[in-house]
Amino acid sequence: MKGILPRLGRIFLKNSFKILSLLLAVSILSFVLVNASPVDPVQQYITGLGTAVSPEQREQIEDYWGADDPPAKRYVSWLSGLLRGDLGESAVYRRPVADIIGERFLNSFVLMLCAWAMSGILGFISGCAMGMYRGRRPDRFLKKICYVLSSIPSFWLGLVFLLVFAVWLGWFPVGFSAPVGVLSADVTLWQKVHHLILPAFTLSLVSFPNIALHTRQKLGDVLDSEYVLFARARGEGEWSVLFRHGLRNIVLPALTLQFASFSELFGGSVLAENVFSYPGLGSAAAEAGLNSDVPLLLGITLFSALFVCAGNMIANLLYGIIDPRIREVNK
Amino acid sequence: MNRLNRRGRTLLLLSAAALTFAGIYALGLLLPEEAAAASYLDAGLPPSFSHPFGTDTLGRDLLARTIKGLSVSITVGIFASLISAVIAVLAGAAAAGSKTADACISWLTDLVMSVPHTILVILISFALGRGMTGLLAGIAATHWCSLARLIRAEVLQLRAQQYISISRKLGKTGGWILIHHLLPHLAPQFFTGLLLLFPHAVLHEASVSFLGFGLPPEQPAIGIILSESMRSLSAGMWWSAVLPGLTLVLVILLTDKLGEQARMLLDPFHAQE
Amino acid sequence: MEQKKEPLLEIRDLSVSFRMYSRGLKQTDLRVISDLDFTARSGEITAIAGASGSGKSLLSSAVLGILPDNASVCGRIYYKGRELTPDLQKKLRGTEIALVPQSVAYLDPLMKTGEQADGHRKPRPTEKREKLFRRLGLPEQTEYLYPFQLSGGMARRILVSSALLTDAQLIIADEPTPGMSLEQALEALKLFREMADSGSAVVLITHDIDLAFEFADRISVFYAGTTVETAPASDFRKGPDALRHPYSRALWRALPQNGFQPLDGFQPYAGALPEGCLFAPRCPHRTEKCTVQVPPSREVRGGEVRCYYGA
Repeated sequence: MKGILPRLGRIFLKNSFKILSLLLAVSILSFVLVNASPVDPVQQYITGLGTAVSPEQREQIEDYWGADDPPAKRYVSWLSGLLRGDLGESAVYRRPVADIIGERFLNSFVLMLCAWAMSGILGFISGCAMGMYRGRRPDRFLKKICYVLSSIPSFWLGLVFLLVFAVWLGWFPVGFSAPVGVLSADVTLWQKVHHLILPAFTLSLVSFPNIALHTRQKLGDVLDSEYVLFARARGEGEWSVLFRHGLRNIVLPALTLQFASFSELFGGSVLAENVFSYPGLGSAAAEAGLNSDVPLLLGITLFSALFVCAGNMIANLLYGIIDPRIREVNK
Repeated sequence: MNRLNRRGRTLLLLSAAALTFAGIYALGLLLPEEAAAASYLDAGLPPSFSHPFGTDTLGRDLLARTIKGLSVSITVGIFASLISAVIAVLAGAAAAGSKTADACISWLTDLVMSVPHTILVILISFALGRGMTGLLAGIAATHWCSLARLIRAEVLQLRAQQYISISRKLGKTGGWILIHHLLPHLAPQFFTGLLLLFPHAVLHEASVSFLGFGLPPEQPAIGIILSESMRSLSAGMWWSAVLPGLTLVLVILLTDKLGEQARMLLDPFHAQE
Repeated sequence: MEQKKEPLLEIRDLSVSFRMYSRGLKQTDLRVISDLDFTARSGEITAIAGASGSGKSLLSSAVLGILPDNASVCGRIYYKGRELTPDLQKKLRGTEIALVPQSVAYLDPLMKTGEQADGHRKPRPTEKREKLFRRLGLPEQTEYLYPFQLSGGMARRILVSSALLTDAQLIIADEPTPGMSLEQALEALKLFREMADSGSAVVLITHDIDLAFEFADRISVFYAGTTVETAPASDFRKGPDALRHPYSRALWRALPQNGFQPLDGFQPYAGALPEGCLFAPRCPHRTEKCTVQVPPSREVRGGEVRCYYGA
């Protein structure tokens, strides 16, 4: 186990450089994109104010936005603000973007965490089942489900769930993260959970087929291996093979895949949150785009990239910690 | 025997799918505007003989709207996957060309992958002004990565073949080799890649339209129909959400199946279990 | 002396074929073992010698009942006089019958070697294993290593110890010694001899014919998936005149110390087996009869031979 910290440090450093370069590129790219937009953010801001503005006021606002500056200068001032933790002010909410992201992300985080854990556990178990029953009925059945699921738009699935479980059966509320008209301080944990189940389940189905099929494939490779043949020759039964050799060899790749799938998770949350009117970062992203809330849109884009990169980083570090082959080779 | 069968099946499926798509597309174009016109007398009707998919809150016939929407989806799907596949071939071939290009393309792939697709499509659609252009650009820009990787591997493998190096020794130029040796081998990859991209493109088109970033709201895109249906869901108008969505799923499943078949035809060893 | 000992494993007319799908639905049977006879006795080391591709390794899978699903087996296998059914095989695997597989690929890449040598049965024979590792010259701490950290010789010693840690009465060792130093190989073989002396039957699969000559009590010569001759090892040490089958004699002559004379031609592939005696196309003594019908197994001078003319 010695030497694990320096090695992880190396992985961390190596990845950090790449992530920094990517984040910088994302910031430039998204800045260029929003600047290319035909939508005039100043006009949008003024419309958002809802009151008439005098030409002087308008000039002030333009000044604040730096509308007359060249884009490069505006980018630099945005970036320097960003480094100080100042992402600007949302044109719609009239509040610092950083605050909004913080608040909304907390909601999204709970949702994504539940969905992530659910899809991981269900996907892994289904994948193991498929692998163990390869070519037989349970495998064919689950495989079909996976293929169909990956062809179904998640938001439509969400709509159908909403229709069946909320409207028809009345088991779950129709939307929002808490009952409408109840002060947020008075919302009980149960109410929160109650509002979370359907969106989290919908979101979990986005990455379920991926993880299930991947696990199936990996377990299949393990079961075809010579070391499992030897295990059988020594009298190990199906379950012993799964628990002694299968899990050992497939848990790590599956976990890595789960961490590497933060991108789909975040993308899926945008849709799921919209269907279930869940006040998270995803629905904020869609609103920001629709209302031309440029600072918020930029902030969320950057934050989502950070989120995805963090997932990739964790996946890489995990590999470094758990896989003895990597562990020793780097020694 | 089986190969012939598979080929036959694929061709059959291909023509069936092509016919279906052509039919939907033509129907979408041919259907007069009135077919999906608002009519307050017919608002919120459940499925019936005269309105198989029912009507929406404005009394528009949902079957007509769905067909028109699907024809839009198919158009977007075809163009977006075509652009994406062309980008993929160019990027993949470039990446196989030199170490520097490879590093650049790989970094670019990482860049595209580091922003969730939905967010990137929202951003691009915002930049280009909502509508067809933004939608196409957004979907095309986010879908080329995996195919590019495949093409890169294929080109690298092809370049290692003997006849390529012989041809180079015979004094043929890179361009000549590209046209005479590489492209013919890449063509099948390109077309299956295209077929496999198509359902994804359609799926994303629907998602992005659903969020409100695709086509203008008066256009009957499936995503928009479904987004509108959300408001009438609690009123019990299940058909407005279920039937158009189900049709979309069927179209996606059909194209997905088509892509799979084509892939098996191309690579029977790896695709078959 | 060889007849005194009890046959523990007896194989009669064993054939193993694989169903292959070549070109779509066309199904062909690939026969990899045909009409094989083999006997292993308690207290003896029986070597199986033959070129690679002669079906040696598959025999162990057939005995253990771990052939792939597309394999079909016919013929009879007896263990202690009882027919070896799949149920019985399942019961005996790892308890009465132990396998020493041939390469590091048979070790789980993510499991420490100590645990692998012990196997899945509880309680773990830790003390016995430590002693065995020492005897085989495995350095201390070896039990904490992962397979990728082992040399080929170390991996084989781990595999050998995995079998020796059981109380198996039948040990099938598939090429156990390559990669080991001469000393280590001798130590491993000595261990097998001890197992045999304590009443087990050891089957040593090898293409190292010298080794078989030295250490085995009896040798079965494999050719193209069948046994052509089984004879006491002493006959092989004596020379070609003591042997019964032309292929055994050719093998003997091909050894460096015996003149290094190679035999012309190739061992036939499983997909293209000749009619009649499998060795006939390369046999200097073949007659028309040989190319028509497979010669039956005959007892000749205390050995068995599948040749019309073996004497």
